[in-house]
Amino acid sequence: MITELFSATVLVGILASGIRLATPYLYASIGESFGQRSGVLNLGVEGQMLMGAFASFYIAFSTGNLWLGLLAAIIAGAIMGLGMAFVTVNLQAEQGISGIGFYLFGLGLSDLLFQKLLGTVETVSGFSKIYIPGLSDLPVVGQIFFSQNALVYGAFALVPIAWFVLNKTTLGLKIRAVGENPEAADSLGVSVARVRYFTIILGGILSGVAGASLSIALLNVFQQNMTSGLGFIAVALVYFGGWRPWGILGGALLFSLVNSLQLWVQVLGIPIPSDIAVMMPYIITILALVITVSRVRAPSALTKPFGRGE
Amino acid sequence: MQARLNAIVDALLPVIATLAALAIGALVLLFLKVNPLEAYGALWEGAFGNRNALAETLVKATPLLLVGLGICIAFRAGVINIGGEGQMVVGALLATMIGLAFEDWPGWIVIFLAMSGGFIGGAIWGGIPGVLKAYFNVNEILSTIMMNAIAVQGMNFLLRGPMIDPAQMKLASKIPQTARLSDAYLLPRLVPTRLHLGAGIAVILAILVYILLWRTTLGYRIRAVGRNPLASRYAGIKVKRYVVLALLLSGAFAGLAGATQVFGVNYRMITDGSATGFTGSAGFNGIVAALFGQLHPVGTIPASILFGALLVGANKMQRVVQVPSALIVALNGLVVVFVVSSSIWRQRLQRQRLLMAEPESEITPSGEIETISQKEEGDS
Repeated sequence: MITELFSATVLVGILASGIRLATPYLYASIGESFGQRSGVLNLGVEGQMLMGAFASFYIAFSTGNLWLGLLAAIIAGAIMGLGMAFVTVNLQAEQGISGIGFYLFGLGLSDLLFQKLLGTVETVSGFSKIYIPGLSDLPVVGQIFFSQNALVYGAFALVPIAWFVLNKTTLGLKIRAVGENPEAADSLGVSVARVRYFTIILGGILSGVAGASLSIALLNVFQQNMTSGLGFIAVALVYFGGWRPWGILGGALLFSLVNSLQLWVQVLGIPIPSDIAVMMPYIITILALVITVSRVRAPSALTKPFGRGE
Repeated sequence: MQARLNAIVDALLPVIATLAALAIGALVLLFLKVNPLEAYGALWEGAFGNRNALAETLVKATPLLLVGLGICIAFRAGVINIGGEGQMVVGALLATMIGLAFEDWPGWIVIFLAMSGGFIGGAIWGGIPGVLKAYFNVNEILSTIMMNAIAVQGMNFLLRGPMIDPAQMKLASKIPQTARLSDAYLLPRLVPTRLHLGAGIAVILAILVYILLWRTTLGYRIRAVGRNPLASRYAGIKVKRYVVLALLLSGAFAGLAGATQVFGVNYRMITDGSATGFTGSAGFNGIVAALFGQLHPVGTIPASILFGALLVGANKMQRVVQVPSALIVALNGLVVVFVVSSSIWRQRLQRQRLLMAEPESEITPSGEIETISQKEEGDS
């Protein structure tokens, strides 16, 4: 049975679903990395994802329009991000704990709205696969990379965009300056508050989209607590990836491939207890944190509120 | 006088935060076309309406208090423990193993061993992130989250396989649960309700944790490390060791919370696949309670009762006015946000008072800790 795992079709299946599973992590982690690069740790990603997942599902379900659903997720994520920005920037609240507060808020509110507005588990037909002409016909890679839905492509496109914005634009420079040395940035006329508002709301939007990618593109249902810890993993992947988009991509792929491998192990009936298999990605992430953290330095101002000290 | 004013402001802020959250909840209720007074009336009735309701509230408050005590220790040491869920699960597993392993022993011995097992299980699960933070510089927020996920899978594995009730093995359903604990091993009930000894243990421990933190050298060092790790190191405190100790103790209390849930409430372990299914999110809500109690062990007692009441009352509210109890989860989140946000006002007030007070004498690294801790004595 073990040998079955290495047959061509199964390997292609593992890789294709691994790419798909990386989608929510990529959106949420890249979004979170913007916040962290500017010095704000947002632990409420899970709550933002749940709100995004519910909003997009509900709108897509009631209007039949997936793009309107996606817009709803963006708005829901942006509102959650706005709240987080106000609390951490204006009120200078402890970031880790505020994030937990927003997590509980999103967890409860999405559940409440689900029970009141939907009542039962419904399904939508989510974003369908887009076969890239020419490329999707290629053997092996066609099925793995070029036969996915729009949100999957979007997630992977986000990586080079985020890299470009952070490293090659003035905006990126401001974000990094605010995260490394807010006092210096402030004295040069960069508004620390404005930059942080931007990154936290952007993070909220991307977390909302991450939720939507689950509820209207990958799973096409909404359930209470459907993210089940995914948002927290996304935060861990930012550390794992050393706050760099390409590093985050590596972490997200590693995590989702191990997960996808684990799913296939169960499908093929290989006698490894599934609970132990599910454990593996988490253990690997901890080990990876041990290895990477000592090499990479976090943004200096991470978790530190900035006040001008009037 | 000054200290008393501080204490009053400190105590009032969380109350205001809760009222603000309930007010927002009322708006949500109006939006859902439910009369908020009726809903909150049902909530109050469900939490305090009669002796059984009150007992349920205290039963629900017990794990919140135990987890919250651990949170007080960890946060005072400057480490954030979000692993309460996993630590509860591991503590409960170890306690249950002990409870099932001994047959026909005197009840109180097995209870003692099982509670110790819960304490140790949680300590291990909290200690690992402690070591990872102190010696490998791994952020404890992340490692405790990962440890939660690992603990849940461990629980599912054990309850579906090695620890499954032999009676369930014979049935087709194979519900993932352990055998029921022997009646002799259950935590005794205090009054003819579901209120069990665990609640009493938790209150006694709250006082012990207060003594530990404010009346012993160990506690003084734990708080010093949290206040200023650098100055603590100059003063000769082995900071890393106290970081590990704080997370270890924090986990131990959560583990004990898990053990009391099994021996006082459920009498067996059963899993629905998630941590929440067993903990009822006490690992997170304990953080809420501790913050609400201003990270003071004794203050955490009324805070736990308040949140226990909200959670128990939410069920009644759901039955009477058909508002899902999830509303209360959302409101808990808002309370957390409001409480941490309000700390800026407290700091401002304190700064104003400091400016008015006499300027302080020369500050040396070791002296700095002294003055800080003295100031804090006044707060508490």
